[in-house]
Amino acid sequence: MMEPFDFVEVKVPAKAEYIGVVRLSISGIANRMGFTYEDIEDLKVAISEAITNAVKHAYKETGEGEITIGFGVYQDRLEVMVADHGGSFNLGEIKEDIGPYKQDDDIEELREGGFGLFLIDALMDKVEINSKYGVIVLMTKYLHETGVGQNGDQITTPQ
Amino acid sequence: MNLSIDVTNNEGVSNVVLTGEVDAFTAPKLKDTLLPLTKEKGQVVEVDFQDVNYMDSTGLGVFISALKSTKEHASTMRLVHMQDRVYRLFKITGLTEIINIESTVQGGM
Repeated sequence: MMEPFDFVEVKVPAKAEYIGVVRLSISGIANRMGFTYEDIEDLKVAISEAITNAVKHAYKETGEGEITIGFGVYQDRLEVMVADHGGSFNLGEIKEDIGPYKQDDDIEELREGGFGLFLIDALMDKVEINSKYGVIVLMTKYLHETGVGQNGDQITTPQ
Repeated sequence: MNLSIDVTNNEGVSNVVLTGEVDAFTAPKLKDTLLPLTKEKGQVVEVDFQDVNYMDSTGLGVFISALKSTKEHASTMRLVHMQDRVYRLFKITGLTEIINIESTVQGGM
């Protein structure tokens, strides 16, 4: 049986000035769900990193375009999708093709952004990339402590 | 969702007071203001983070560039009054090891 969830979709022009607008959106949704102040700050950084990447990508390609952001609001977690194109999501289809990012994935944009992907990985509980149609970043943050580290993913510092 | 940058110069010290958010939209303006200040030999550039309530990797990138510039031009940079949330990003990326930062809470994180 399909797990019930609310889906919120936001579309913004692929321009840096709209990153702050999306931060307000995620802040509102996460606050509504009961995330802590710290978690909300993490979510704001993670989504900004993904959108910054998408903006750069869109700019390099055409200098215009749209970014689509999808929020999957579940009982125990928030799933955030950021796509560097304007098409709507077919959540099921995206999830079928998605997987942990690998070295050979076409996500150069994220890497050359320096700390962008590193921060997303450090601040979210799970990060997956679908690069079949453009680049889609799917990241998850759990509401409760029990969910943290479900992916066996520990926050580490490069010392 | 904007960033205001106020610079005051006196006796070899540039005080840069930031107010607002540093992201991909505002980082270019910050870089354009900050980098020239680091290009003067012996200059001390002090960046006040008291009223920076949001920053992401685009901001980290600006301060890495500025740090490189201070090395090249024999100037120094220090970041002061940094809030915990912002300090945390410098911490988890390991940048606290190479950038002179005075956070509001000593030994925080």
